[in-house]
Amino acid sequence: MTQLGFQNDMIDTEKGVISREIFASEKIYQEELEKVFTRAWLFVGHESQIPKPGDFFTSKMGAESVIMCRDFEQKIHVFLNTCSHRGMKVCLYDEGNTQTFTCPFHAWSYSPDGKLVGVPHEKELYSHVLDKSKWSLIEVAKMEIYKGSIWATWDKDAPDFYDYLGDAKAHLDLVLDGLDGSDGGTEVFGGVHKWVSPCNWKIPAENFCGDSYHNPSHISVDMIGIGPSAAKGEKGRRDNELADAQHLWISFPGGHGIHSAMKPENNAYIEAYKDNPIAEEYYRHCYEERQIKLGDKARIVPFVGTIFPNTSFHGRQPRALCAWHPNGAESSEIWRFFLVDKAAPKEVKDLLRKYYMRYSGPAGMTEQDDMENWNYATQGSRGVIARRHPFNYQQSQNIYNINDPVPGMVSTQMTEENARQYYTCWSSYMQEKNWSDIMAHPAQRKSGTSR
Amino acid sequence: MVRHHGPPGATQVRYVAMMSSNSKSALKRDIHYFTLKQQIEEFLYDEAEMLDQRQFTDWLDLLCDDLVYFMPMRRNVKHGDHAARENTREGEDISWFEDDKWTMSKRVDQIMTEKHWAEEPLSRVCHMVSNVQLLGATPSVEKPEEVTARCRFLVYQNRAEKESNFFVGKRLDTLRFEGEGWKLRRREITLDQNVLLAKNLSVFF
Repeated sequence: MTQLGFQNDMIDTEKGVISREIFASEKIYQEELEKVFTRAWLFVGHESQIPKPGDFFTSKMGAESVIMCRDFEQKIHVFLNTCSHRGMKVCLYDEGNTQTFTCPFHAWSYSPDGKLVGVPHEKELYSHVLDKSKWSLIEVAKMEIYKGSIWATWDKDAPDFYDYLGDAKAHLDLVLDGLDGSDGGTEVFGGVHKWVSPCNWKIPAENFCGDSYHNPSHISVDMIGIGPSAAKGEKGRRDNELADAQHLWISFPGGHGIHSAMKPENNAYIEAYKDNPIAEEYYRHCYEERQIKLGDKARIVPFVGTIFPNTSFHGRQPRALCAWHPNGAESSEIWRFFLVDKAAPKEVKDLLRKYYMRYSGPAGMTEQDDMENWNYATQGSRGVIARRHPFNYQQSQNIYNINDPVPGMVSTQMTEENARQYYTCWSSYMQEKNWSDIMAHPAQRKSGTSR
Repeated sequence: MVRHHGPPGATQVRYVAMMSSNSKSALKRDIHYFTLKQQIEEFLYDEAEMLDQRQFTDWLDLLCDDLVYFMPMRRNVKHGDHAARENTREGEDISWFEDDKWTMSKRVDQIMTEKHWAEEPLSRVCHMVSNVQLLGATPSVEKPEEVTARCRFLVYQNRAEKESNFFVGKRLDTLRFEGEGWKLRRREITLDQNVLLAKNLSVFF
């Protein structure tokens, strides 16, 4: 852990270098909590986790606990999990159903719409003083439910969620829609992975924003085969659905970085899920349905991406939303929500669940190796001598198209452009720039050679 | 009699019942019980030794072909909600593990590639198994073909230079006598953590 504060020259995308300080400095970490996590849109949870009035799920925004709940009018809220009186958590549980959130300390109680409804001895102790309507739970400034996923920001001046996503939305749509193209056709499985990993939170966020170059670290699973066709002898960690596709690395205003792919014009089905005929049939059916629904747009298929600052996704195999919660300069609390088609048959859901578990998270054969990389990349940012030497971010520098073949700043070869843009945006937050600067198109911020 | 071939839901109910305050094994403590218990303990200790000695491939031979290796995630829930909500459900939810033998063999294969960076170099692991009690035997304690035993575990993992993890919890094992000896039919691992404090679960329990 180091103590240097943020300086503009720590991010130099012209030279393609980034200071190691930003991954190890406790001071920069504190600045991030103040300047990034109080403003950006953060993923909180999923509607399907709180289907009934009074249902709640406690989540995190930045390093702070929040309650996501459904009130008795069916409206969803996100509150800071802290009593307005003395700050104790008003909800001690990970999930459940309740009539009120009652603080264990002095028993102030709040209804699921956040209103302060109970103050012990109110008449004797607070007569004519306490205006209960002014002491509700602290609620987020803006909240959006987007295809079931719930997002929020503490900044009332933040752009609306869809403006914040911009053209990245088209890719996140693919993650949250059913595989047959049905609008928002997904739900989350019960059971959210939560674990502490000794890495700076930006390292996994960067890993998911398009670092396809780290493929060699997964050689062990690729050698043995753990995908949904592995029992039939396929190697690799997933089915090769993108075998004939043009991979696309795309940066967006707001710092989002996405790796999607474009299938060829004929968009032929590539057989997958060979271990189970029901799953294979389901995916084939979804594939055909999606072609009918989306036409030529069905050629774009999702892979991975990061919505700035700390929400990432796996688009297809294994489909999930990930939150990299900051937990100190050298620690992250990682939460993983697994998505599945609501309409999928039980047998398909079971097969996916098991695949997700053997692939993902701390027990997952693929991601265990990621944890190792992120752990020691963070440690490697700490040394006094090490910090004199920045990291190299020069891969495919100045090689990109604008809005071709999809909207955004697009590379058709493996690139660190998404990472460069991610950190450029992060730097804008750290400089407390206004929203129009933060949301400027990457190409406007950067003099690159368009190709 | 405790049965272990029911649907996942039934398993959950059985386990919650087992962990309640009135959870003393119903089996009569007689010479047959203690003789069988000794056999089962020997199996559990041999198995722990094998894992600690990193004989992973040999360990796979101790697993029944229809193995279920299950580790739920644990939630903080309101008093009274424990049965319904505390643990993620086998067969329904995402858990830490819900593996079959094929998946376990993949985990071993991965270590054997020598390129599984979470276990290369290999961890130093020590399995402590204690509080062994038999909960059931079918068809009988005298002529057991399948036995259910619970225990506590403490698995210490030390790796690289300064990494260490203590994994502490309960285990519910079902063993089946197959051919010449006991094999593991089912392992339910209840790790006593909410947010997992380790970056990885790369050890076997």
